[in-house]
Amino acid sequence: MKRIWLISFIILITAVSTIIALPQGINLKIGDFSFNKKFDLKLGLDLAGGSQLIFDADMTKVPEDKREVAIQGVRDVIERRVNLFGVSEPTVQTSTFEGKNRVIVELPGIKDTQEATKLIGKTAQLVFAEIVEIPGPEGATPSSTLVPTNLTGADLESSEVVYDSQTGKPSISIQFTKEGGEKFAEITGRNILKALPIVLDGEIISAPTVQEKITGGSAQISGSFTLDEAKQLSIQLNAGALPVSINLVSEKTVGASLGADSISDSITAGVIGISMVALFMFLAYGRLGLVADVGLFVFAVISLALYKLIPITLTLPGIAGFMLSVGMAVDSNILIFERFKEEKLKRSVSDALEVSFGRAWDSIRDANIATLVTAFILANPLDWKFLNVSGPVRGFALTLALGIAISLFTGLFVSRNLLRVLIRDRKDKQL
Amino acid sequence: MKWMNYRWLYLLISGILIISGIFGIIRWGFKFGVDFTGGVVAEYKMPSGEARVLRFKNLSTDEAEKIRAEYKAQNATEVRFDYVGPAIGPELIKKTLTALIVSAVLILLWVAYQFKSIKYGISATIATIHDSFILLGSFAIFGHFFGAEVDFLFVTAMLTILSFSVHDTIVVFDRIRENLRRTTGLPFPQVVNDSILQTLVRSLNTSLTTILVLFTLLIFGGESIRWFVVALLVGIISGTYSSIFNAAPLLVLWEELSAKRRSKK
Repeated sequence: MKRIWLISFIILITAVSTIIALPQGINLKIGDFSFNKKFDLKLGLDLAGGSQLIFDADMTKVPEDKREVAIQGVRDVIERRVNLFGVSEPTVQTSTFEGKNRVIVELPGIKDTQEATKLIGKTAQLVFAEIVEIPGPEGATPSSTLVPTNLTGADLESSEVVYDSQTGKPSISIQFTKEGGEKFAEITGRNILKALPIVLDGEIISAPTVQEKITGGSAQISGSFTLDEAKQLSIQLNAGALPVSINLVSEKTVGASLGADSISDSITAGVIGISMVALFMFLAYGRLGLVADVGLFVFAVISLALYKLIPITLTLPGIAGFMLSVGMAVDSNILIFERFKEEKLKRSVSDALEVSFGRAWDSIRDANIATLVTAFILANPLDWKFLNVSGPVRGFALTLALGIAISLFTGLFVSRNLLRVLIRDRKDKQL
Repeated sequence: MKWMNYRWLYLLISGILIISGIFGIIRWGFKFGVDFTGGVVAEYKMPSGEARVLRFKNLSTDEAEKIRAEYKAQNATEVRFDYVGPAIGPELIKKTLTALIVSAVLILLWVAYQFKSIKYGISATIATIHDSFILLGSFAIFGHFFGAEVDFLFVTAMLTILSFSVHDTIVVFDRIRENLRRTTGLPFPQVVNDSILQTLVRSLNTSLTTILVLFTLLIFGGESIRWFVVALLVGIISGTYSSIFNAAPLLVLWEELSAKRRSKK
């Protein structure tokens, strides 16, 4: 009875995975209830086409203790610029290695990379602007316009989040340079009770109202900020204040046509490769091999389904990682079958099967953990600074690690239960 | 068959292969890819349909962008464009070496812990170092004769081979451990010999399936991962060999040497 449940479970998992893995997704309609969900594979830059850009943030002019803040600012600025390109799911990451600060930008499907590198590489421009009313023609309402002042990011020393001493709410304090403080006093003096918009890269990030002329070189922006909003604004002010120049140090661009070719090549290779392995298993192990082939099929559909669900960004090396894990998935079966050949000479067929699974498990566990260790180093999930982050290698390691995990399930659980059924039915016959 | 009687022969074969690899490395060096040297590799499809591949070493960002603008002016389609600044290569080499060392040490510790003996850990690690040298040497030779480049993907292949080789070695060691537990009185070389024979078909079949998969990738998988697949193939073949003919004989040698030392005392 228990066996029936286990087999049903395997069939259910396979069916669900197959539906998710198929390109058309789920279309359910039962009476009034309808459910539509399409699962897409997330493709990396080398398959979908696009650019990976690595910038070096030059921090030599930034004091040591402000560098952490500065890199956050740079990242924020780049993120907002990147969003202007309208590409789907851009990513911006920072990485530090031996005192060098890097910003890694990935732009899937970007058309004009040259334009993108130019725009991203610009140093952030922060300026305080005044609102000046332009008297319209007689009778019409006067319009107003923004006029940049001579107070810019260069006049800011730094900014940080503080708590207002009276209200206790998060606010942002700004420290000006000596010269900046003088300019600020003059500007606030002529804008009392008017808004003084702060513009970063042509976008207003805040427009505080001036209460009084502010002298002394420091100011505070208060209002009903949440802590996150206050932090965000402070980061943006710092981005404009700290003199970080950004230089392109590496670029990888893959055209859409090359990506499409790679996809079709990979599908061909995948289908032929798995078929060859399936054929080999049948030739080498006969009926047992067919059970392994069923396991291999389950392995392939679960892998695809998980790539879509997690989702895993599939890259060319990622596909190679998957193909390698096919080898590992079959290896658990080979280990068990070879053991089975030996054991069935010594005991009954069904006992031999159980013993083989038990004995082979030690080898499978020890060997796969060794592979997982390497996959872990390659994927670097904790973003250790002395190792690589992002990039195609991570895709490779992820698919390899996931493949090992799934292969344990299909190699041990699926094959084992299928074999038990097969062997119980043919107890007296020679396998 | 007494496989372990020929243990010096196996080590000799490995030695010859490694020395010819080192000869290749010294004589020709590696053909480093743009990831390590810095520069530009670009491919354009001209309006006439003609494909052009460009390679430059040590280029500044401005120079790289100039090339790109030139081709854009001619209405060429950009198939790919890789630019790597001069600072990236040395960083990559450092990170790669760190990754290799960290993986190797972790694997050594894991095997030593699992088999409760440092000699298993060290023998397994020597076998993987053997495979790394074979792979490095073969790429010096492939680089000279066929233009194979050592790039970022090669590094990945090398790390993968590390784990693959240990995978194979562990299966053999596991059998040795099991046989040691069950049989008493048999001399150690005999136990190792039996264990290798018992796992031989498995080792060959597993390698064969993996080689099958890699061959289809090699033929159908497209240009950009071709040498990556070759690197994996070399590594898998070497890994299978080293598990049987390096790791196990080393265990036997180690055992003999410590037995000699014990008898001297």
